Order: sequence, then C-alpha cells, then structure tokens
Amino acid sequence: MNNSNQAQHRWGMAIDLDRCTGCQACVAACHAENNLPLSDPESAAKGRAVHWIRVDRYYEGEFPDIRVKYMPVLCQQCDEAPCEPVCPVYATYKNPEGLNVQVYNRCVGTRYCANNCPYSVRFFNWFDPVWPSPLDLQHNPDVSIRMSGVMEKCTFCIQRIKRAETDAKNEQRPLTDGEVQPACVQSCPAEAMVFGDLNDPESKVSRLAGAGRATRLLEDLGTEPKVFYLQRAT
Amino acid sequence: MATASTVIRYEQVRRDLWRPLSGASSRYLVTLLVLSAVVVWGLCAWGYQLHKGIGVAGIRRPVFWGFYLVNFVFWIGISHAGTLISAILRLTDADWRKPVTRAAEAITVFALMIGGLFPIIHLGRAWLFFWLFPYPNSRLLWPNYRSPLFWDVTAISTYLMGSTIYLFLPLIPDVAQLAEHATGWRRRLYSALSLGWTGSDQQWHALERAMKLMAGIILAVAVSVHTVVSWDFSMSVAPMWHSSIFGPYFVVGAIFSGIAALLIVMAIIRRVMHLEQYLTPHHFNNLAKLLLLMSLLWLYFTIAENLTAWYGNEPKEMNVFGSRVRGHFAPYFWLMVFCNFVVPFVLLGIRRLRSIRTATIASVTVIIGMWLERFLIIIPTLSFGRLPAAWGRYAPTWVEISITAATFAAMGLLYLLFSKLFPIVSIWEFEPHEEPED
Repeated sequence: MNNSNQAQHRWGMAIDLDRCTGCQACVAACHAENNLPLSDPESAAKGRAVHWIRVDRYYEGEFPDIRVKYMPVLCQQCDEAPCEPVCPVYATYKNPEGLNVQVYNRCVGTRYCANNCPYSVRFFNWFDPVWPSPLDLQHNPDVSIRMSGVMEKCTFCIQRIKRAETDAKNEQRPLTDGEVQPACVQSCPAEAMVFGDLNDPESKVSRLAGAGRATRLLEDLGTEPKVFYLQRAT
Repeated sequence: MATASTVIRYEQVRRDLWRPLSGASSRYLVTLLVLSAVVVWGLCAWGYQLHKGIGVAGIRRPVFWGFYLVNFVFWIGISHAGTLISAILRLTDADWRKPVTRAAEAITVFALMIGGLFPIIHLGRAWLFFWLFPYPNSRLLWPNYRSPLFWDVTAISTYLMGSTIYLFLPLIPDVAQLAEHATGWRRRLYSALSLGWTGSDQQWHALERAMKLMAGIILAVAVSVHTVVSWDFSMSVAPMWHSSIFGPYFVVGAIFSGIAALLIVMAIIRRVMHLEQYLTPHHFNNLAKLLLLMSLLWLYFTIAENLTAWYGNEPKEMNVFGSRVRGHFAPYFWLMVFCNFVVPFVLLGIRRLRSIRTATIASVTVIIGMWLERFLIIIPTLSFGRLPAAWGRYAPTWVEISITAATFAAMGLLYLLFSKLFPIVSIWEFEPHEEPED
C-alpha cells in the first residue's frame, strides 16, 4: 500500500436528518454487509442486539400533536476517540486514514471501550454468533466473523474503502468522490447519507460538513467526531 | 484495660496459640466441606461461562460492567484491612496492634487473591488475560500504557507481591519455633518457610528493618492501588464517573470496609478458637472507634460527591444522580446510607452501646453497605449514559450470583486453611525480651 495515498484520505459522513425517514434500510444493509449476528426478540430485550448503525427516535411535543425525529447513530469515528486510550491491548486504534478501527484478534473483551463511548455504538459478542439457515450461506466473504468475547463496531465499511483504493491504484487514477459508499449510504432511499473524503474540499461531504446546517453529536465532549448531522436550525 | 502480653506467660501464649493448629473438630470439617462445595459450585459456574460465552451473565449493552467489577472493587477494598491496621500501627509503634496484625495481613493477601481474579473472570476472552502483561511476544505489541486497566494490572500485582512478603516476614520467627516442635510434613513445611531462622541478634535486626521498610512501602502501594482502581472509572468521560474525588473516596471506602472485615474475622476467631484473652474488648474498642471515624469520613466524601453533582445540576449527571437518590436505585442508595452511616454511628458512636457484639453487627452492615456503594457507583452511570436512546437496566443472572457467593466462601476457606497451618496471632511478639525498642 502506498503510504502517501493512505494519508490522502480522511473519511467522513454527513447525515441529513431532515431527509431521514427512519426507514431502517441502513440498519438492514449494514447487517447484510458486515455479517452482523442476528438476535431474537428475547435477546434483543436483554440488550444483546447488535446494530452497528441504529435509528434513534426523539419525540417532540405531546400526543396527539407529536413529531418524531429520527437520528441514525453509528460509530462517529472520532479524531479524539475516548475508546482508544482505555484499551489495554491496543485492540482499538486510529488507522492512518483517521478511521477508528477494531482489531478483533487483539481484543480480550474488557469492554472498557464500550463504557467510555458516549455514543454507545460499540457492541460485544456475548456468544459465538449463529445464523439460522439459509442466512449462514450469505455471509460477505470480505468481512471476518467475530468470535465470542470480542468487541465490534461500525468500520465505515473498511472493506469497501480498501477495495476501491486498490482498484484505483491498479488503474493508476485517483479515487473519485462518491466512489466509496458504505452499505448504509448506498441503501438510503432518501439519500440522506453522504460519505466521502474530508481532506478533499470539493467533496460533497466536505461541502455539507462546512455548511451552516452541520452539527456533530455530543461535540462539546471534544471527541471530534467525523459524522456530521445536518438539520434546520430551530 | 491491660494488654494481653503483660498478663499471660509466654509458655501459656504458645500453648494457646498452637492448640488450634493440631487436630480438627467435626465442626471445622463440616464448615470446610460446605465452603469447599460453594467454591466448587462457583468454579463450575465460571466454567459454564467460559464454555458458553460471557452472555450467560446479566451484563448487556449499555451496562457492560456488572457484578464482576463490583466484586473486584469490593474485594480490593477489603484488602486494605491489613495495610491500615498493620502498617500504620506498626509505623506508629501502637502496641495494642500486636495480636491483630496477622489476622489483618492474612485478609489482605486472600482478598487480593480473590479480587484479582475478577478482572479475569470478567474478560470476554479470559484465557488471553496474559496479554495485559508486558512481555516480548509474537504479536510484537506492548500493552497500552495509557490504559487504566494496565495500571490496574501493575498496581494489583505489586500489591499482592508486597502484601505477601509483608504477611510472610513476621511469620518467620513463628514458623521457626513451630519447626522445632512439629513432626512429619509440617516440620518440613515450617523449616522450609523459616528460611534458616536461628534467632540471632543479627537476624532480629534484619527482620525488624525489613518489616519497618515493608510497612512504609506497603502503605504507599496500598493508597496507590485503590486510587488506580478508582481511576478505572474517573478516567472515563461517563457522567458521575469523571470525578476528581474518586481517588481519595475509594481509598477511604477501602479502609472503611477493610476494618469492618477485620472486626468480623476477629470476632469469629475469638469465639471459635477461644482467644478471648488475646483479642480483648480493648482491641475491639479501638478498632470500633477507627470504624466510626472512617464511617464519618465516608459520609463526608459521599456528601461531597453528591452535593456538588446536585448543585451543579448538569443534566447528564442529574440523570444518574436522580436514579440513585429517588429513582430506580434509591432503595439501594438509602440502604447504603443506613448501613454505612446510621448503624455504625448509633451503635459505635454511643459509648454505652459499643461492645464486641455491636461492633460486629456494625461491621456486617458496613460490609453490605460498601458492597452496595460499589454497585451504585458502577451500575447507574452505565445504565444512564449520555444518549437516552441507549439507556438500559441491568440484573445479574445465577452465574454472577454463584461466582459472587463462591468468593465469599473462598475467603472463609482460605482463612480456615491458613488458621490450621499458622498461628493466627503472632506468637513471638509476646516475647518481652525480643522488643528492643520498648
């Protein structure tokens, strides 16, 4: 891998909350793309469900005059990630492209990172994952299956990023904006999600992130997240 | 009240304190069996957890830390018994400490052995716990020195090593005496442990120096250990955890529960081993006063922690604070205040009521209260995180409860075995001519 190429990119995402309909297509797409373990209603009620991206609902007003706001929450890929320094075995660290990555094979399962994540987007494998047939036949071969006892979380579909970078390198051309799309972005019917390179000032995500509607979740904590939420200032 | 050493003749001391070492009553054997059964049951529960996955415990998102970490902090706290009683009193030459020190030091070592297990039991992949140790490895990785969990590993292994030495040093003259009189495997064990002790002046001086030195070192280590344990929480950004008061608060709580544990153990061995002449009301009175002092200190810290959070009225902290004092966790919170403050304050603060019995009762409630305190520090913060969409309740399963019960049994079991092998009260310290400084 070309190091200068790696340092070129700084991946980020913009999510337009005024467009989000809360349809959960991103959640389903993420499950399929990233081999997420399934959970039944019982284990979900126990807090064992794994969704690397979830759609939080916020209610405004009193019934019947009520408005629901949806907010897809995924790993915010913080520049100053609180999960990173607390891991005793370097299972989570910042990769050269600014992604907060999780190394499953290093993880011993202290779960400290999850406690220190203010967004609560880290998930634990309480058991070895099982898929009811025939779902066990549709795994994505580009994504490893995680064993019992390790942490996992959104990767910004790093397998897609790597593939696009390799393709571009083989064809000796730069990556074009929008060439990499994580599963959630690709599947959003309202096109509420935009993914791209924050280092490229001309990229769509950069322009949205710089727009007046952009805020970041819990940014007062100084975590410097790379997910930007767009919404009308009210 | 006269101290025991001036009243009892040395031959008598030796006879009284060696008596529990030989033979075993049926009551002893039954207790041993029951405790072993509970420990084995706990080990089975742990085995089941290792086999099936840690999901058999009740921990969940967002409460990723549950009973195991509560027990961890609790037992590390109990381990502070030995340090305070023994090291502080040894350094200040408080003479009344003599019959108490070994019982306290033994608690320290056993509580650390138990407490140190919990971070391992709690791991998702417990069999890889050694990855937290810095050693050259095929992964070409050092542990992350920035992680409070790595500080924990360092602090606790240092403390366990130090307190084992600290328990062992004053044991040397006693095992040397025992080696002279014992037969069979006991003789071999005691002479091996006595390290060739002959009781020469030179050896006494070396021992004296070593004990003084260790008392100083162990004190510093003990304070730092519980501070580091508190930093597991206060180094994070979670509401009500990120607090500068946690270091001293945890140290005070640890010493508090440590004294309570010591009082309970003393009350039991006094009755069971008939050591009424050695562990006198004088000792219980002094320790009860210390317990009362720590209870007040604990109250001070608890108020300082909660009052500032309440007055500051920061919404994220108020969610946690509210759940503690008037929400879901309120019964536990007020029970904790009752156990940790009201009971000791009434029973020990009123001099007329202060006796061995009330000191023991107060100690039991303090142990319950301090366990609850750790529960209330860990669980509410995790249950009420920063994003309300990710709130969740935690309840333990039978696995966590079994393992918790097993550790209490393990403490009893280790103590039973120890008291059968070694005199639980230091014998040589009753020898009047071996006290050069007095």
